[in-house]
Order: sequence, then structure tokens, then C-alpha cells
Amino acid sequence: MISYSITHLEELEAEAIYVLREVFAQFDNAALLFSGGKDSIVVSHLARKAFWPARIPFPLLHIDTGHNFPETLTFRDSYIKKIGAELIVGSVQESIDQGRVVEEKGYNASRNVLQTVTLLDTIEKYKFDCAIGGARRDEEKARAKERFFSHRDEFGQWDPKNQRPELWNIFNGRKHHGEHFRVFPISNWTEMDIWQYIYHEKIEIPSLYFSHQRKSFERDGVIMAATEFMQLKDGEEIKVRTLRFRTIGDATCTGAIISKANTIEEIIQEVAAARTTERGTRADDKRSEAAMEDRKKEGYF
Amino acid sequence: MNKELDNKAYLGMELLRFTTAGSVDDGKSTLIGRLLYDTKSIFIDQYEAIVATSKRKGDDYVNLALLTDGLRAEREQGITIDVAYRYFATPKRKFIIADTPGHIQYTRNMVTGASTANLALILVDARKGLLEQTQRHTFIAALLGISHIVFCINKMDLVDYSQEVYDEIRVEIEGFASKLDVKDIQFIPVSALIGDNVVHKLKNMNWYQGATLMYLLETIHIGSDHNHIDCRFPVQTVIRPQNNAYHDYRGYAGRIAGGIFKPGDEVLVLPSGFSSKIKSINNFERELQEAYAPMSVTIQLEDELDISRGDMIVREHNQPHMGQDIEMMICWMNQKKIVQNGKYIVRHITNEVKCVVKEINYKVNINTLHRIEEDKDIGMNDIARIRIRTTKPLLFDRYTRNRITGSLVLIDEGTNETVGAGMIL
Repeated sequence: MISYSITHLEELEAEAIYVLREVFAQFDNAALLFSGGKDSIVVSHLARKAFWPARIPFPLLHIDTGHNFPETLTFRDSYIKKIGAELIVGSVQESIDQGRVVEEKGYNASRNVLQTVTLLDTIEKYKFDCAIGGARRDEEKARAKERFFSHRDEFGQWDPKNQRPELWNIFNGRKHHGEHFRVFPISNWTEMDIWQYIYHEKIEIPSLYFSHQRKSFERDGVIMAATEFMQLKDGEEIKVRTLRFRTIGDATCTGAIISKANTIEEIIQEVAAARTTERGTRADDKRSEAAMEDRKKEGYF
Repeated sequence: MNKELDNKAYLGMELLRFTTAGSVDDGKSTLIGRLLYDTKSIFIDQYEAIVATSKRKGDDYVNLALLTDGLRAEREQGITIDVAYRYFATPKRKFIIADTPGHIQYTRNMVTGASTANLALILVDARKGLLEQTQRHTFIAALLGISHIVFCINKMDLVDYSQEVYDEIRVEIEGFASKLDVKDIQFIPVSALIGDNVVHKLKNMNWYQGATLMYLLETIHIGSDHNHIDCRFPVQTVIRPQNNAYHDYRGYAGRIAGGIFKPGDEVLVLPSGFSSKIKSINNFERELQEAYAPMSVTIQLEDELDISRGDMIVREHNQPHMGQDIEMMICWMNQKKIVQNGKYIVRHITNEVKCVVKEINYKVNINTLHRIEEDKDIGMNDIARIRIRTTKPLLFDRYTRNRITGSLVLIDEGTNETVGAGMIL
């Protein structure tokens, strides 16, 4: 007897493709948020599949803090060229120059929080009515409460206590003028699913995810890359370590892990054995227990 | 994450979505915590964070519910407001748990969690037996068309692991459940606190010869939960590439809602009624020899037809219902009560039309299953039978036949909020 069942990765893929096609059908002007990290790479790969043989019908939107690892930008530019997509960059530096936001001060200064203003300004400037993101519910507990189609009011804010119920595969993207939606096609994927999918689909990812030698220092138990954007405190010492990044974000808030994993298979084994979550290396989440929820309410990714 | 997962096995795993029901004191959080803990799915930093929070709040024990309470208001008030989704995997399957809160807006949340679940886990306190709320949980699971219901008779440690107690509860539940339409009902005596019959079998209940909860979750047959009989392909969007390589390409993109489609099949397009033949079925560059629910694919037809979003590709001799008068059970999800003769927006598969609520037949007392014909006052968390009339005909099946083509939501025209979840009769 033939079994008409599909694997869990095929089911997650089918779900994400369905969601992306709903975005195209329900919104006039959507953008796909692209950071150069693995999750947004997977979402753009899924978008290619969803609309093949046509091109991705959304521009890719990068909110650039200016504090990038050069590897991320190199990857971004070659990837955009390869898939023939349009790239729009929203620059945090510009928001600072225009006086829209003020740079944080101190040792843990980061432009992570400032991104929200740049993101909302860019959404307004291009009149996007939907921004597709690569957030996953398993990443963080505030995100576990997020909908696939997540409503944002005219100030770009999320109201977690008053979300629309989301049933079956029916997504309600109706909104008033000036409001927009955030849509998360890979809500149901875990970190492991992402890596398995990258392995299975042979998806290219930035070299930062693989083991390499890098000058780094330790702060609050997290290994940070030594970059021009980071100021050392007394007692912090730069050493060359063999490491890789488990998540990729702004260079000032993304921690590294000591690792020799050089292939996707080795990364998968490492993830399988990991006893801490991937956001455990993110300084931006360590600010308080509700750090993510607070940023999300303001309009963060 | 479990160390035994190897790449190949993981790539071949199935996905099981289940929802959990039980009130605060039934030990639901403990059971979920136990499942996660015993499958090594809790990470050290997550665990340390909840240990610290429990300590700060002065709890005597590590409160595993803190794992799922993601919002500030939930942590402050010690209650769960919204459905939380949790993920774990064993070497056999990947699981998504829709964990629904115990008291506040119970029906609305359980209906939401149950709408995508293959299986419902209903907790029963062995000391209390079949309560009104157990009946309510069972009724909602059945109404939402969940094929498998597993009753976990929990806290067996508090009734001396007594077989008599377990048997009594089981008989009682079986009596009640026989009034409902559920394919598969299972019972397991467990102690979530001790961890007996959850992931491991301890020696306290040697009289129980059945499987552990985990074994059941890993092996229960879910392949036939989708409809593989009635061919239903709702068109989501039409793909027309603006490039030379695919100049004349016209692909219909969508997610299969039922049946099995193959290249060469004679098909009918509704509502137009044109016939054609399937030329190809694709997932990206890969051509498929057959496709079935819940796959997302792109279908090309032999003939150039005028097809757009909202249309449905079916087989000539197995067509869905087409009509404007639709009878359904509805779960109301908004503070604003349903308005008889009120107008709403209907979202059904890939269609959006307007409707008017023509008739409210009765409200269901979800604790006793009695129909209350004189009560037409339908508010938040109520379940009722209603009839609507739509502005345009919809293509639908009965919900019990197909959960995708048989479900719809009602949307408030003014606020754009989703106010009702309907299951077509």
C-alpha cells in the first residue's frame, strides 16, 4: 500500500509556501526582511520556491545597523545578485544623522534597539503594507505567542494581549489605512529544522556560521568578536579563538561559540548536542526577562 | 535536543500536532514539562531562568508553566492568556504542542489550538474523575474534528495507583464519548509528577498493559488524517513569469486540500465549469508524479483558461457543494456579540465574501451538550448553530469531510477582527 504522508520538513515547507502566497494575494506592497542570517536566507529560499518560475515578487529589505560583519555584506550582495531580487537598505546611520534616534553610550552600546525606528521609517517611506520576517516561535518566549499574520497599528506597535485568533489555515490580513502586518512563514520551525532544511536543500550560508579563527573577548560569559564597534572594559582581553556564530545579527550583540564545526553536518551534530538555546548568545535578549516582548511591542522584528 | 537524532532519520520524520486540555490543577504544565524534560528538550539556560524566577517568586518547586508563559502580563498575573506553541522531537517524530490556557477564554483558545491538531490530550484528575470540564474539552475536540483523543488519567500516585479508580473513570468517559463522533479514543493512567507512563514505565501500575504516552504519540497513525479521496485544489494565486524563458507559462499555485492529483488527470474548474487536463505538477523545479494534501504545488493545465484566486480545481464526478446558504456550528470569539441579521466578512479557503447572519438556531450548552433553542444571545466563547447567506456562492464540503474546505471565519467589517470560527454542516 502506498502511504500518502509527507515528512515534517516537507509539511513545514508546504505551510511556509502557503503563507508566502497568501501574503502575495492579500497585500499590495510587501517586503521581505533580510538580515543575511540563516532564517531570512531560508525564508527567501522558500519565496523562490513559492513563486517559481517567476522571481520573488517582494523586494528584500535590509535594516543595516552599520555594525556589520563584512562577511554578511559580501554574502548579501552576491546572494541578491544570484537570485535576481531587488534590495532596499534602511540605514540606522542615516536615522542617527537625521536625529531620528540617538546613539547609545557605554560599553554595551548597541544599535539593536535603534533599528526599530529605522525599520518603521523605511516601512512608511516605501508604503509597505506587510513585512515578512524570519522569526520562529521556538526562539524566544514572547515569540511563542506570535501569530503567522501579526497585526501592527498605525504606530507599528504590537498588542500581544489583543491578537486576532488564528484558526486552521485561514489568515486574516485585513487592516485599516496606515496599519501594516508582520508575517512569519517559518513560525513553526525550530533551529534544528532550519539546519536540516539548509542541509537538505543545499542552501548557501555566510562563512560566519562555520568554524574560523577570530580575535575575540569575553563579556558576561558571552564571547564577542573584537571589532571597531566594541569598546573593551578593563580586564577584558583580546585572544584569537576558534569559533563560529550560531546566530548572525549586529556585530555588537551577537555572541560566538567555541566550535570546530566546518560543515553543515557537523553544525547539525553540534546543535543536536547543544544544551543552551541559540539566543543564549544574544546580548540583546539578556537586557531583561521581557527584553524581546518590549522591543516587539515597539515594532521590532 | 536529543542526541540520538541523526540526519537521515530526522529528514524522514513525520509531524504530529497536538493540543492539550485540562484545568490548572490537573497537572497539565507538569505533564508537558515532563514530556520536554524526559525527552531532553529543555535547554539549560531556559531551565536556569525558570529556576531563578520560581525562587524569586517564593515557589517551593520549579514552576514548569513559566516555560510557556511568554508575556509579561502572564508572568505577573501567573496566568496563561494565549495559546503557546512548543516544539520537541524524538528520534521518531517531531511534535508541535498547542498549549491552551486553563481558564480565561477557554473555549476560544482551545478551539484555536484544536483547529490545527491531529490529536488532543485531555487531562483528567484521577481523584475527581469525569468533570463537567472534561466533557467540555471532549466536546470541543470532537467538534473540531480531531481524530485522536487521548485521556490521561493523571495523579494516579494520589489514588494508590488503583486499577478500580482508573477503570471507573474510563467507563464513565466512554459512556459520554459514545455520544460524540470521534474515530480513536485512548486511555492512559499516568503520574506526571513521578513520571510514570509518560515517557518511561515505572513499576507502580503493573496491571496496566498498554503503551506509555510517549510511545502512543510516536506511533499513532496520522497518515490518513487528511482527506485523500475528494480532489480539491483551491487556487491561491496565478504565476505568470515576466521573463523570456517562461514566456507562455501560466501556473496555478495552491495547497492541496484533498484528494490525489496526477499529471494527465481530467479536471474541472469551478465555478466556471471548464474542463481541462493536468499538464504538470511542480514543487519548484521538481516535477511531481502525484500530489496530495497538505502539499503546496503549482499546477499547469493543458488549456488556457481564465482562472483566478478563489477558483477550485476538482474532478468532474466528485464536486464540492456550491451555494450561498450555509449552515454551520460557530464558535464566537469576540466581546461584541453576534448580531442576528448582522453583516460580516467571510474568509473561506482563498475566498473573501460578505454575508448576513440569517438565523441563529440554538446555542449549545458545552458542558451538557444540550441545545438551548430559546437562547439566541451568542457572545464570547459560546458555540451555536447558525445559518448565513453569502453575497456570492462558496465552494465547500462538510467540515467532517474536509477540515480545509469545510471551515471559515467571520470578520467584523468595522474592526477587521476575526470574530467567529465556523464549521460547515
